[in-house]
Amino acid sequence: MSFPLLETDNLSIAFGGIKAVDSVSLTVQPGKIHSIIGPNGAGKTTLFNLISGLYQPSSGRVKLGGEDVTGLPPEQLARRGLSRSFQNLQIFFRMSACDNVMVGRHRHEKTSMLGHLFALPSVRAENARSRDLAMGLLERVGLAGVANKEAGSLSYGALKRLEIARALATEPRILLLDEPAAGCNAIETEEIDRVIHDVAKSGIAVLLVEHDMRLVMRISDHVLVLERGKSLVSGTPETVRNDPRVITAYLGTFGTEEANRA
Amino acid sequence: MPELLQFAFSGLTVGAVYALVALGFTLIYNASDVVNFAQGEFVMLGGMVTVFLHLAGVPLPIAAALAIFATVLVGLALYAFAIDPARGSSAVTVIIITIGASIFLRGVAQVIFDKRFHALPHWFGSEPIRFGGAAILPQSLVVLAGAAIIVALIFVIIDRTILGRAILATAANRLAARLVGIPVRKIVALSFALSAAIGAVAGILVTPITLTSYDVGTLLALKGFAAAMLGGMGSAVGAVVGGILLGLAESFGAGLISSKYKDAIAFLIILATLFLRPQGLFGKKSVERV
Amino acid sequence: MARLASSRWSIVLGLAIVIAALPFLFPSNYYFRVAAIVNIFALAVVGLNLLMGYAGQVSLGHAGFMGIGAYSVAIGSAHFKLHGLLAMLIGAALAGLVAFLVGRPILRLKGHYLAVATLGFGLLISMALANEAAWTGGPDGMGVPRLEILGYRLRGPDTWYYISGGALLIGVILALNLIESPTGRAMRAIHDSEIASRVAGIDVAAYKLRIFVLSAIYASVAGSLMAFLNGHITPDGTAGFLRSVELVTMVVLGGMGSVVGAIVGAAVLVILPQALTIFHDYEHLMLGLIIMVSMILLPRGIVPSLLARLRGGGA
Repeated sequence: MSFPLLETDNLSIAFGGIKAVDSVSLTVQPGKIHSIIGPNGAGKTTLFNLISGLYQPSSGRVKLGGEDVTGLPPEQLARRGLSRSFQNLQIFFRMSACDNVMVGRHRHEKTSMLGHLFALPSVRAENARSRDLAMGLLERVGLAGVANKEAGSLSYGALKRLEIARALATEPRILLLDEPAAGCNAIETEEIDRVIHDVAKSGIAVLLVEHDMRLVMRISDHVLVLERGKSLVSGTPETVRNDPRVITAYLGTFGTEEANRA
Repeated sequence: MPELLQFAFSGLTVGAVYALVALGFTLIYNASDVVNFAQGEFVMLGGMVTVFLHLAGVPLPIAAALAIFATVLVGLALYAFAIDPARGSSAVTVIIITIGASIFLRGVAQVIFDKRFHALPHWFGSEPIRFGGAAILPQSLVVLAGAAIIVALIFVIIDRTILGRAILATAANRLAARLVGIPVRKIVALSFALSAAIGAVAGILVTPITLTSYDVGTLLALKGFAAAMLGGMGSAVGAVVGGILLGLAESFGAGLISSKYKDAIAFLIILATLFLRPQGLFGKKSVERV
Repeated sequence: MARLASSRWSIVLGLAIVIAALPFLFPSNYYFRVAAIVNIFALAVVGLNLLMGYAGQVSLGHAGFMGIGAYSVAIGSAHFKLHGLLAMLIGAALAGLVAFLVGRPILRLKGHYLAVATLGFGLLISMALANEAAWTGGPDGMGVPRLEILGYRLRGPDTWYYISGGALLIGVILALNLIESPTGRAMRAIHDSEIASRVAGIDVAAYKLRIFVLSAIYASVAGSLMAFLNGHITPDGTAGFLRSVELVTMVVLGGMGSVVGAIVGAAVLVILPQALTIFHDYEHLMLGLIIMVSMILLPRGIVPSLLARLRGGGA
């Protein structure tokens, strides 16, 4: 068993007295896919917002690579190798697809504004390098053909993959994906499935929130079931699938939802 | 001691005017999210139109009534020709439009009237009343009473009438208001008319004391905004309290510290509010959702 | 990449040609003067457009920085006998420093609040300039000693037309460079989604502050040039609220996020009132009308609207 890359210890947050996330502890290993499932309103996205520094926890700790990063802002976490996508898309709509991914290179680029103002040769070389890397990532998620199109003109499924490419451009050690397959058709889902696999294989830890149960059960190494902010069951996909508590408490509501969707 | 009392009274008088401007701001802001920088021009128009009709021989009460009517028309025109056509524009664009309207109205006043200062006669003479060593102009009491009556009227309208319900519903959620059949655009137009009327009355009440000219509007608008912000944008009670507090702060600041930078106090208050309590004294805190 | 680079140099080249060719059409010195004013405003607006059009942060107090630049030159040469150019550099540094100090708290604000806070800041500057008469000559303003370089006194509007044109050209090149750099991408990213920017590792507050400082320096240099050109400055004329409104209008009128638009916006808003104002008394009326009409009819700005039409009327 390798050293955990991400650890949360009894992480909690309350909004107006309601505990949206209640004492959740989890560990994610490098190169492994760790999924979080649960009915709507179970606190999955809130947990993501806590881990990625958008919300401050009421109590509990977050450790990244052994370092206590509780309460650090997202830009600091990005520099420590944490990146994420968003359930309701946070795209730079007025920039080209390629520029969107290039923004992800930001933490690896020199930030001297004077150099940028005078377009020094080193800045131009760096620009070209970032562009090449961004094009490579776009290729990897199947968007090379629309690299120069304005992001606002792309389809929903394409934007979902664009977010993943941008997150990968930061060269993260851990990647948080919030419903990457939501709203995507079967082919796009397949493609996202493949990308997530590749990412994990390259040694990046993946934390995944996803409604598509087949996708989750197929690719996860570990599954955590959240209900009303609390962790209900956690284990391998088989354990979770066969746990009676999950079937009654969780699939009861969520299963019908899944059935309706199919 | 008498000095402090004097500061308090002049602060209350000016504060009452700021409160009315802030209340006008709030009415429009609630109905339409528009920050109307031309609010001060309503005050200017109320005073200037009354002055010039009076000079032309119209009896004062009739001149005042006509001035309010004219200002309401201007308010409606502002909505119909400048704000309504720009529906869906960004907040910055709309702010610039109202600033443009304010400059335009000032330019019109400069052409129609003139660039001099004008006064109106005091309603009950200009002999100050002595009170605890301070001298109070009877007109100050008129301003305070007038402001109190207007504020009371507005609160009754909002709290007790169907119209008030419609305004509140529009303020809370424009789309939902439209869906339940509230004529949202009429309500917004009405908020412009109402707030123009309030501004005009404020101008008429205060002109005998502070005088008026074509360019008094800009500073009044900014101070009204400062007051509204201090009280909490969107809160009518906050607008009134914020106005009074701002008036007092200015009066004491000018008296005790420096009158040269009297006008700076409003902006220091804006900045202090923004940093210490951005939701204002009576505003609600909003949570950003991701 | 090649396409972008070539469009960048075609903008610069086009602008250089226009600046060099226009004087052949000028029948009198008056035209040089108006054109120099256009150049100067355009320089300030190119800077403000970086802040508003690219980084998405409004400033209704930017004339305050023009005032700092103008009065640095005037006070520096009149009271401290500094060389005009040195005074201009000091002014730019001072404007940058002031922007750095006020920007940190102010730029945390958004929307209406940011607009009003910057507006208040601008008013404080013009108020200070009007009140500290011992240094500034008060509301009536003060004279600016002529700039002298190598014993040659720079006076005529034609001289200042070429100098301001050169300054504008440099300002445009630097702005275009910045837009195509990591800083430029960070700015545009912040405009579209602050949250995604932060997750990508961008220190949003630091970038807003940097751009605010840069745009203040642009405005300050423009203010210094204005002081040299006019030879006399007033608080209202350089730092007043109306000036700030004009600068913002120029940005929006020309087109947010368009460097060419910034120049077009400045040209239109300087020239139109000159052409339409028969009597001085109608100045405010016309300015207000132009601002309202252009915001209502061209909310996206002249240049982006034209480009959209040229490309076949896409939305």
